Amino acid sequence: MNKSNLVQAVNEALHFELEKNPDMILLGEDIGRDGGVFRATDGLIDIFGENRVVDTPLSESGIVGVAIGMAAYGLIPVVEIQFMGFLYGAMEQLLSHAARLRNRTRGRYTCPIVVRAPYGGGIHAPELHSESTEALFVHTPGLKVVVPSTPAEAKGLLLSSIRDPDPVLFLEPAKIYRAIKEEVPEGEYLIPLGQARILTEGKDVTLITWGAMLHPVLKAADRLAAEGVEAEIIDLRTLSPFDSETLLQSVSKTGRAVIIHEAPRSCGLGAEISALLCEEALYSLEAPVLRVTGFDIPFPLPKTEKYYLPDVDQIVETIEAAVGY
Amino acid sequence: MGVDNFDLGALADPTKSHDSIKIDGEDPVFLKSQFRQMLTIRLVEEHLAAMRKEGVIGGPVHLGAGQEAVAVGVSTSLRNTDRIFGAHRSHSHVLAMGGSIHGLFAEVLGRETGLSRGMGGSMHLWDQPRGFYGSVPIVAGTVALATGAGLAAKMSGTDDIGVVYFGDGAIEEGVVHESLNLARMLQVPVLFVIENNLFSSHMHISLRQPHDATSRFAAAHDIRFDTVDGNNVVAVKNAAQRLINHSRSGEGPGFLEAVTYRLYGHVDWREDIDVGVRRSTEDLANWRKRDPIKRLFQGMEEAGIFSLDEQNLCEAEIRKDIDEAWAQALRDPYPSPDTLLDRVYTKQVMG
Repeated sequence: MNKSNLVQAVNEALHFELEKNPDMILLGEDIGRDGGVFRATDGLIDIFGENRVVDTPLSESGIVGVAIGMAAYGLIPVVEIQFMGFLYGAMEQLLSHAARLRNRTRGRYTCPIVVRAPYGGGIHAPELHSESTEALFVHTPGLKVVVPSTPAEAKGLLLSSIRDPDPVLFLEPAKIYRAIKEEVPEGEYLIPLGQARILTEGKDVTLITWGAMLHPVLKAADRLAAEGVEAEIIDLRTLSPFDSETLLQSVSKTGRAVIIHEAPRSCGLGAEISALLCEEALYSLEAPVLRVTGFDIPFPLPKTEKYYLPDVDQIVETIEAAVGY
Repeated sequence: MGVDNFDLGALADPTKSHDSIKIDGEDPVFLKSQFRQMLTIRLVEEHLAAMRKEGVIGGPVHLGAGQEAVAVGVSTSLRNTDRIFGAHRSHSHVLAMGGSIHGLFAEVLGRETGLSRGMGGSMHLWDQPRGFYGSVPIVAGTVALATGAGLAAKMSGTDDIGVVYFGDGAIEEGVVHESLNLARMLQVPVLFVIENNLFSSHMHISLRQPHDATSRFAAAHDIRFDTVDGNNVVAVKNAAQRLINHSRSGEGPGFLEAVTYRLYGHVDWREDIDVGVRRSTEDLANWRKRDPIKRLFQGMEEAGIFSLDEQNLCEAEIRKDIDEAWAQALRDPYPSPDTLLDRVYTKQVMG
């Protein structure tokens, strides 16, 4: 089995599916002749040609709208938006059309598009290049939101997203595009959407996270394991619609939960998960549901981002607070 | 017809173009069918206006009476496998493709039998078997979708095209320009039909744009365009046919600007005199003299192929259809509340 990083795994998934499904089309800025800002589509135009790997003008709204129209007529468009912060120009198309197509037509059309975008901080990038505003899209019924946390996860989740009949926003954590290499299954490899992944089982506290934040969470859990704290780590991976069953089962066992995300705190997805646990698992809870999050500010500029992003120390402290409550 | 300096000139002057439609060389049977379609749309909308005024219709209706020649003229060159999109004022677009009067009425009344199964209303029409992909209430929202639908047709190797109707207000939205550029660069078979009725919801175009000919945007994007009197169904038909033929034969997008006028105000039955800035009683009276239905009737009557008796008979038949469709729609059921939840995702994955 090959070892790949996350961006290579994305490329492998796109390559595999382009070969398998003649209706699949890639669209985006600089994705063809150039190979993409993060090289996710590198080389694909040479194999599949410019009719299937389509270089577009700088028109996020136009690209997403065109993809929706193509999807309604039987194609499977996979769009790359260069950074999550560039997606805001296409909000109208995503919210008013992609998310509503199925409901609006009372099931007569579906909208099988995937919009891929690098997201999240920690890459020393300027404003609008480090966004983590996934809650905006989770709050949009009709869209699915998927975030992988490792290369193999990226491949399995991306293939499932492409085959899903509904529109999927696939957010790739830019910080770990090249940080991790792991074995990625070759060929067909599907991870079902809507199912969270339990990385380690534990009885003392449930840690709920996704994307790049999984990695400091793993370190924090390692550190606490030395002190005898057994954490159950859950990678949510499909943020919408999310796997509430796995979360509730875990918390009914551990009685404690800490949610870790780099997005701003207020009305972040952590708030919704916390509300769910309070509504559905109140009698299991032995401590308040705690959150480690970014601040309620626009993502700060490169030199100060380390103060913004949750780090291992903060996560450890919060877990200790939950466990020691 | 070209326009000078991107100003519409006489085309936008309501004291001009009151003459009969010239029908030389046109097939009388075909002309009568065009007349009947236009009159059907007019009477349907007059009926909706009356019912809205009476309070029988619960939600807003955006009426396009006065603009019938545009959709009717364009649709003569369209087929059911084309991909046609509209917006908030789209009754004519769906009816011109043969859409059901009953389906429209039932939708406006929120009944399960409506074109959107009663979940949309006047601004929310779908008739896919007739090629009408749909209208949505957001101005310019479907322009990119039609471009994508046209691109899909090209990639699938058919000679079907995308078509989108929008107005001189919508053309001020950014996504229109993104779509025009994309359509040109990817040589998409799509026809952009601009119903230039000189008004956004309430503001006259002179208060919104430096020139009133929106075809200047087609020129800027190197897209083949034509500008016509949108109240002349023959002119619309001929221009649309030329542009559509180019698109079907792989020559990329087309842009048809049809200059017209809506006889009702922005929404519902009122005429919006004084509400619309620069919409005067005098202008409205002059535009009524450029009525596309009346002018076609005059042209046919002068040529001796149609008479007032025939028009009256035609009108009586349409009114009968309208009355039956309306009565049926009023008897139809409302959608069941369970359908609210089950159509958001394909497989409902509840969290």
